[in-house]
Amino acid sequence: MKRNVTAVSLGISIAALALLSGCGGSASSGNPGSAGEVYVYNWGEYIDEEVISMFEEETGIKVIYDMFETNEEMYPVIEAGGRTYDVVCPSDYMIQKMAENDMLAEINFDNVPNIDQIDPVYLERSKSFDPDNKFSVPYCWGTVGILYNTSLVAPEDIPTKWSDLWKETFSGEILMQDSVRDAFMVALKSLGYSMNSESRAELEEARDLLIQQKPLVQAYVIDQVRDKMIGGEAALGVIYSGEMLYIQEEVESQGLDYDLEYVIPQEGTNVWIDSWVIPKNAKNKENAEAWINFMCRPEIAKMNFEYITYPTPNKGAFELLDEELQNNKALFPDVDSLDNCEVFQYLGDEVDTIYNDLWKEVKSN
Amino acid sequence: MSKKLLSGPYLVWMAGFTVIPLLLIVYYGLTDRTGAFTLANVVSIATAEHSKALWLSLGLSFVSTLICLALAYPLAMILRKRGVGRGSFVVFIFILPMWMNFLLRTLAWQTLLERNGVINGILTALHLPPQTLINTSGAIILGMVYNFLPFMVLPIYNVLCKIDDNTINAAQDLGANFWQTLTRVWFPLSVPGIISGITMVFVPALTTFVISNLLGGSKILLIGNVIEQEFTRGSNWHLGSGLSLVLMVFILASMALIAKYDKNGEGTAF
Repeated sequence: MKRNVTAVSLGISIAALALLSGCGGSASSGNPGSAGEVYVYNWGEYIDEEVISMFEEETGIKVIYDMFETNEEMYPVIEAGGRTYDVVCPSDYMIQKMAENDMLAEINFDNVPNIDQIDPVYLERSKSFDPDNKFSVPYCWGTVGILYNTSLVAPEDIPTKWSDLWKETFSGEILMQDSVRDAFMVALKSLGYSMNSESRAELEEARDLLIQQKPLVQAYVIDQVRDKMIGGEAALGVIYSGEMLYIQEEVESQGLDYDLEYVIPQEGTNVWIDSWVIPKNAKNKENAEAWINFMCRPEIAKMNFEYITYPTPNKGAFELLDEELQNNKALFPDVDSLDNCEVFQYLGDEVDTIYNDLWKEVKSN
Repeated sequence: MSKKLLSGPYLVWMAGFTVIPLLLIVYYGLTDRTGAFTLANVVSIATAEHSKALWLSLGLSFVSTLICLALAYPLAMILRKRGVGRGSFVVFIFILPMWMNFLLRTLAWQTLLERNGVINGILTALHLPPQTLINTSGAIILGMVYNFLPFMVLPIYNVLCKIDDNTINAAQDLGANFWQTLTRVWFPLSVPGIISGITMVFVPALTTFVISNLLGGSKILLIGNVIEQEFTRGSNWHLGSGLSLVLMVFILASMALIAKYDKNGEGTAF
């Protein structure tokens, strides 16, 4: 999902290095390029670069690796087709949009035997955007929840639900997500509606709620929630669960005198899934399938998890993790705590416009 | 013939990186998602949210331009009086921050202004109450002034350097006091620099979205934020382009101002 801008540029240079070394090192078994190429388009900082060279050495397929920062930035690139990619890693709702616009190729699962390593729970969840599980293979997933600072939130005020973000006691202490769908998810869920609501009345109700909340909000931010919360700038923040490992490590290594705890609100939340897909205009479809298969291998998925720290849907990789990590409820929540959760769906350009317009009304109020 | 050949790269550059992108913006701005002609994107500037964002942007950039001018003019006069030349140390100090990334400089201000930031740290150490500095209009104006001040100082400084000392001496010999020299000699002769400086501060301040995002906590919606959002999040390039066309009116107006007052290109920054 969203990554730090500086981190991304750093990632690009590292990836460039990795690519260079990948080209230079003439491996004994598979000479990169001997088995063709694969064009990969992924989020910034969303892979352990070591994995790329391992793939090249093992398969002899040369990897051309590019990165994007938002789904919306990736979409026109694939749509225009000026540079064709063989395998892309968009999020749930964007996969649905691409499938609806006939931009995706069906994956030949004969070439992806490691699909049986993916926990069926996530394939089931994927059905909300890929009903027959034929276009996508889950790569990372996570939830959105409330992060709170134990020293700034009194024990009786510990948040358990989204509506706690409207408490007067937290005036100026709340960091909200600065993105349309995430912000509306919080409001819609606290009203008991679906976060994929297309009803104008419900959305307007959510807008009014967000406007009502605005005076209490310290700032609308995306990547900065993490650093601001570590710095003790705010008491509460809406955050992606994938940031939790980093946050917990920082709190520990900086020796802070407070803890940051993560809560999945009772009303349910957004469960997001980023999955590998193959665009219809891919030129090296079989290489793309080899790539996806490689990514599903438990040891590889574990390496990527350790680098990205976003939860992996790979049950083989999960079993390889330390018990402490396996029991980390922020990363791997109990299945029943996700009962009310949903996955974002693509609602069409017209409904998107309604969301955007209402969000602008919130922001300009 | 050979002269034409020499201009080739520049023509390609201008066509490829100025004219064609501009035409694309015009195309997107005047069509809807189906590609049909529409004025709706441009007219949408009149909706409550957009016009509010535009007025807010105009207001904030006007204030920052005024502050920049008020700070830059005396500074440019001091620099000139000191007789420090073009490559002098003081000017160097002023240009130095411009070599650093704009984003980093703005992030640095965030660290200074934050609730647990440097400034509040000093206040608390002095047993003074901490202030809410960040996420306010004031913080945005501060960011604009800080980032764009050099663009005001340099053109004014350049223009002042070109004023002959004899002109000033003559005014004083003829009995003009400081104010009279300032208003009758300094100001009229430095108009090209002032206009150029105003444009170079006002236009980027009007269109910025990074400063309001980082120092305003995204709570204050400027027209630049609206446009950025349409492109990066809203996936509505048509609306974004339409609003950019509206903004372009202001940019064209300021270019017309320069053309009127700075005919000889005296007030250039570098």
